[in-house]
Amino acid sequence: MIKRSTFKSGYLPYLLILPQILITLTFFYWPALQGLSQSFFLSDPFGRSSKFVWFYNYIELFTDPLYLKSIVTTITFSIAVATVSITLGLFIATMANRALRATALVRTLLIWPYAVAPAISGILWLFLLHPSYGIVALTINNWFGTEWNPVLYGKDAMIMITMASSWKQISYNFVFFMAGLQAIPKSLIEAAAIDGASPFKRFWAITFPLLTPTFFFLSVMNIIYSFFETFGVIHTVTQGGPGGSTNILVYKVYQDGFVGLNLGSSAAQSVVLMSLIILITFLQFRYVEKKVQYTG
Amino acid sequence: MIEKTPILDIFTYIFLMVGILIVGFPIIYSLIAATLPLEDVSKVPMPLIPGDQFMVNMKEAWTRGNLGNQIFNSFIMATGITVGKITISMIGAFSIVYFDYRLRVLAFASVFCTLMLPVEVRILPTYEMAANLLGPLQGLWDVLHLNGLVSWFAGHDIEVSLNWSLLDSYTGLTLPLIASATCTFLFRQFFLTVPEELCEAAKMDGASPMTFFRKILFPLSKTNIAALIVIEFVYGYNQYLWPLLITTNPDMTTAVIGLQDLIPQADDLPEWNVALGAAMMVMLPPVLVVLSMQRWFVKGLIEKEK
Repeated sequence: MIKRSTFKSGYLPYLLILPQILITLTFFYWPALQGLSQSFFLSDPFGRSSKFVWFYNYIELFTDPLYLKSIVTTITFSIAVATVSITLGLFIATMANRALRATALVRTLLIWPYAVAPAISGILWLFLLHPSYGIVALTINNWFGTEWNPVLYGKDAMIMITMASSWKQISYNFVFFMAGLQAIPKSLIEAAAIDGASPFKRFWAITFPLLTPTFFFLSVMNIIYSFFETFGVIHTVTQGGPGGSTNILVYKVYQDGFVGLNLGSSAAQSVVLMSLIILITFLQFRYVEKKVQYTG
Repeated sequence: MIEKTPILDIFTYIFLMVGILIVGFPIIYSLIAATLPLEDVSKVPMPLIPGDQFMVNMKEAWTRGNLGNQIFNSFIMATGITVGKITISMIGAFSIVYFDYRLRVLAFASVFCTLMLPVEVRILPTYEMAANLLGPLQGLWDVLHLNGLVSWFAGHDIEVSLNWSLLDSYTGLTLPLIASATCTFLFRQFFLTVPEELCEAAKMDGASPMTFFRKILFPLSKTNIAALIVIEFVYGYNQYLWPLLITTNPDMTTAVIGLQDLIPQADDLPEWNVALGAAMMVMLPPVLVVLSMQRWFVKGLIEKEK
């Protein structure tokens, strides 16, 4: 799209778009191409020689039980984070929307964890869930009679990174659900109330269906968040351990590429991640078109 | 409220308070821990009454973590990313929306394709790029065997190596992260809603494109800019993977990454009071920005994701 009335100038528009294009070319297109080509080569760790090997890296990757395990870990983790943070965000937003008083104060109290870096959220939860000092860990032990130890047990480590990653996302989801709730016309709710629908019935029959666009959108955003931005959580809290049980895909790219110096495999993993996010973006755009019809 | 539901209302407020407590608990608890002396913080369970060691712990954290330097680095990085992103995407969107030129669609499409492709999916090649910005040129140089040519000219062997590294520099921390399709889109969407008449009137009055941009478009975009400042500052300050890769010199590390060194490991003294005190100080700037600019923040967050 473009304006009906436009300016005419020979070189100015090129000059204005140039910085953006230059940076995009240098730090996006060139590295992406580089990554794509690297994924077809097998090179020694010092980069002295490399050999064209077709899809060897990809075949290696998808027959590597560690990589397959990492895929399962990532999916489990992202579904867990999305479920926990969306449920809590929706719940708190619904309550805050019902409350008549102090909505501004409530918003202030709920909004700030958004500004906390994932890595810092990781540190806070590392303390809360520390096997010997953590108060939440001790409470879990008392209630369930288990021996909580995220340093030893993979399941506990997974719960720990899920909590650290979800906590921060609650406020993000809260903001969007709040906006979604306030966009619902009061007349709809009132009409249902006059017809005798109880508050719960109204929520499930009117509010919730009208929130589905927000809901889908947040699912996508939370999954992307747990795929990529949680790197900081993993790096500070578990480093992928114990025994690779929290080694999500993006952390594996880093480990194999930077620590293990397996360039071909790391590049192939990057390409897989890239394809994945292109797919998600595509789905997202399909859905955005639908959203317009919903809210109209 | 539509009908009177006193019981439900009470539960609403109770659940709301529980919700706020759950969200606030990690911070409250860590703040208390940051006020305690070492022997209290390692007690099981930790006492919930704040101690009097707050300043001592903070001072210790500040010097041990070299926080002054690191928070400064984070500030430079966050500010650089914010200013850079907003500037280049605003003029870029201006070019796409207000000018008709041959490569317009291509320019738009090439920016569009980078949407939602975070640095995380192409870390290694981007790192190599930053390690030597002239790498592609060097490749060209080698392919064309220009070394031989130069040597032939000079009459003796000359090894030309093109090298411009961004590692351990502020440019390296900021530049690769300021290409953003989302910001360009936000400005594009906004510019499209600006009435056509404004541009027509400006043209009739003989204003040049840049005068129109400066005198009309920029003032109109102020709230959008404010919203983006909050979002991008938080984004830049909280970056993790990129600064981790690009800085090896401890003096260039950002605060969020530096915190890692303060976490007590298995064999260390369990000085969680110091580690958490440092965490509190490091997270303070973005939290303050979000809280003080809350209105724009909410607007920016929602507009940006549309």
